[in-house]
Amino acid sequence: MTRFAGRPLLNWAALAAAVAALIAVPEFVEIFTLMQFTLFAAMGVLALSLGFIWGYGGILSFGQTAFFGLGGYAYAVSVINLGDSTGAIGIAIALPAVFAAILGYFVFYGRISDVYLGVITLTVTLILFNVVNATAGDEYRIGAAALGGFNGMPSVPTFNMPGNPSMVLDPTQGWYATGGALIFVYVALRLLLRSPFGRIAVAVRENEVRASLLGYDPRLIKLGVFVVGGAVAGLGGALYVNWGAFVSPTIFALSLSAEIIIWVTVGGLGTLIGPVVGCFMIQYLDSQIGTQQTFNSNLALGAILIVFVLLLPQGLIPTLRTLAGRAIAAPSRTAAKTTVAERPAEARQ
Amino acid sequence: MDLAFIIALDVLNGAASLVLLCLGLAIIFGMMRVINLAHGEFVMLGAYATVISANAGLNIWIAMLVVAPLFVGVVGIVIERCLIRFLYGRLVDTMLATWGLSLLIVGLVTTLYGNTIKGVPTPLGGFSVGAYKSSYYTLFLAAVALVMLALVYVVMRRTRFGLVARATMQNPGMAATLGVNPSRIYMMSFGIGAAITGLAGGLLAPVSGVVPTMGAAYVAKAFITVVGGGSAILAGTASASGLFGLINQLGSYFTTPVFGEVILFISAIILIRILPQGISGRFFKGSL
Amino acid sequence: MTPPVPLLEARNLTMRFGGVVAVNNIDFTLREVELRCLIGPNGAGKSTFFKMLTGQLTPSAGTIAFRGTPIAGAASHEIARLGIGIKTQVPNVFNGLPVRENVWLAARRRNTPVQAKRLVDEILEKIALTPRADDLVGQLSHGQRQWVEIGTVLAGEPDLILLDEPAAGMTDEETVRTAEIIREINQTRALIVVEHDMQFIKMIAKTVTVFHQGQILMEDKIDAVMHDERVRDVYLGKKVAA
Repeated sequence: MTRFAGRPLLNWAALAAAVAALIAVPEFVEIFTLMQFTLFAAMGVLALSLGFIWGYGGILSFGQTAFFGLGGYAYAVSVINLGDSTGAIGIAIALPAVFAAILGYFVFYGRISDVYLGVITLTVTLILFNVVNATAGDEYRIGAAALGGFNGMPSVPTFNMPGNPSMVLDPTQGWYATGGALIFVYVALRLLLRSPFGRIAVAVRENEVRASLLGYDPRLIKLGVFVVGGAVAGLGGALYVNWGAFVSPTIFALSLSAEIIIWVTVGGLGTLIGPVVGCFMIQYLDSQIGTQQTFNSNLALGAILIVFVLLLPQGLIPTLRTLAGRAIAAPSRTAAKTTVAERPAEARQ
Repeated sequence: MDLAFIIALDVLNGAASLVLLCLGLAIIFGMMRVINLAHGEFVMLGAYATVISANAGLNIWIAMLVVAPLFVGVVGIVIERCLIRFLYGRLVDTMLATWGLSLLIVGLVTTLYGNTIKGVPTPLGGFSVGAYKSSYYTLFLAAVALVMLALVYVVMRRTRFGLVARATMQNPGMAATLGVNPSRIYMMSFGIGAAITGLAGGLLAPVSGVVPTMGAAYVAKAFITVVGGGSAILAGTASASGLFGLINQLGSYFTTPVFGEVILFISAIILIRILPQGISGRFFKGSL
Repeated sequence: MTPPVPLLEARNLTMRFGGVVAVNNIDFTLREVELRCLIGPNGAGKSTFFKMLTGQLTPSAGTIAFRGTPIAGAASHEIARLGIGIKTQVPNVFNGLPVRENVWLAARRRNTPVQAKRLVDEILEKIALTPRADDLVGQLSHGQRQWVEIGTVLAGEPDLILLDEPAAGMTDEETVRTAEIIREINQTRALIVVEHDMQFIKMIAKTVTVFHQGQILMEDKIDAVMHDERVRDVYLGKKVAA
């Protein structure tokens, strides 16, 4: 916190640069590339959700796609029923948040240990996958929306101008909405981390016993972090479905859950920018591998994850920061001021 | 009556498959506290080893009972030496690395053999009970599961290796002062766990779809069973497998196979919530 | 007139771990703004007693009341909110966070942001760590981390403060300073101090409770305790012999 509170100018500059990039990108790239960037940005929101709960809450969820998928389906079902994407996006955020609250209550208040948390989130994701997969057939509809089972739901209406269903966003506007959402979520999480809640959450991650001896309820704090993560992932799901105008049960796939974890590990646990950078890099790599047939992308992803865990466990961004810190030979005071952000090892214990 | 018999056979089959799937994991996770998320891929490798050697003309029984466990056991030892041993005590890093490993193996097998492979027929043929049909292979699976339980019991309880292995897991430092090489014991235990898992893959090959991604379906099932079973590897695995096998098959019978699985997962989560120490932590304290 | 409700009252308090009885049926009473020292050899049950008072352990039997409110088996954070703070034996702090953040986390719970900031500054002065306020606690020495924890406890403004070996690992100079701070805190708050250092106890104590094998051996003025035969046998004697 101190790290960023002390450098507001740099933060504003970075934010301005991000917004400028958001606005400028459509001028420079083809529509195909723009669509690809839109997908990256939607996934970036998903990356932020895990980066937040794992890096700052110490909660390693193996099923962040559960909330992502729920958000996607909630968006699809509500937009078909409501005819307007404005409320549908709200539902896509609220429903996963509620689901996260229920699941989180069960897990954190049940004093289920961290290891089992991974197993349970994984299992819940599988349950959702199985259930949604089995909803083929016309009897499975919610209002006007047929769930479609393993076939998924085609032709989901995409975003429209808030409150005006007749004005559907074109791909460039879709990019603004998605990229804008990514920047918004990033800034919102940054601010949340500087709020008392965020600072207490980090304290709970650092030392749960001490936090409770100071009068904070770790269960409640973790639940809060988990719910925020669920809401953010849900928003990511809505953005993703908007991008493809399509949703199918593969949105709950374990392979995607694994990929999010790879994004965060590669980019750097305990930072917010790291997961986004990791997400962009891995997705770019993934799309490049997809264009050739010699080897499978799982092979590359698996190898990358193993290499990072063994050789660069801190991830790219923290490592770069350390290197940059050494290179400019900052006074030792600054080096000592590094915050929790540079201490991913603790979060993993 | 006939129906009840067939359902009982199905439950037996479900429980036996779970025992086979979980026994290796129970050793690797329950004893060594290594969370191996590539467990499903060990199953898949066992199935591939069986299918490929059987298709190459090898006797199916040898392919299932010898080639699969041997191959996966060796793979397990290689993986332990190259990866796992650097990560003992780092629970989350182990999870991440083995998840990476799982992707790597899936990717490798897909690259080498493509998305599908020609399966092997189910040996032994079937029999009828009234209007219902079942296969002798189901009974064979149950028998192998029992034999494996007995074998692990004997090895752990009655052999020097079993004693040394249990001692090492309890206190590696102390074991080392007694002249045991803990590193070797870990390697062997991981190899044995992998081999048992490979055997499970080999045995399941004739009755399941053999594809590179087949492991994903098993890893969660195996984990909840081991976690639900608790720390006693045999009593826990056997009791949780029995319970979950029953729930899964009855659920499948009364709804659909998909919801049978869903019901299994939900009951497992509830069980973990009620009994965080697992079934054996509550009912079979101190057993093996 | 009814007698005033004591600040802390434990009755028939027992803690068993399997077959081991760590705390065996003790009664313990503390008045408002009292300073009490607990002594006793290792394994006498002092730390277990503290853990039950702070909700880290649920007693096997017996009751604990804080100003009449039953707290046995309550969650740690609920007890902390009632006004009990603890400095544990091994510094239990947020190693990955700066000193200021550690103290702030304690100060913030009961105060407005402005008040909290002022309180943090005051406490940083008191524990003499203002110059290192922005350093990570994990980079400080063991003694300094002890101070951080004391500061954290103070910032929570509890009415009862439990100190488990506050002088352990401190220099003579720091020990004297700790005693001063304890006396100062005791102007307005109650304390229970576990300590082995008899010199230190003499600096602060009035009444001393002696734990032995999970029970209370005796409870009396410091001078009486120091001259008691039994105490010498179980504790001081041992220490001299050692």
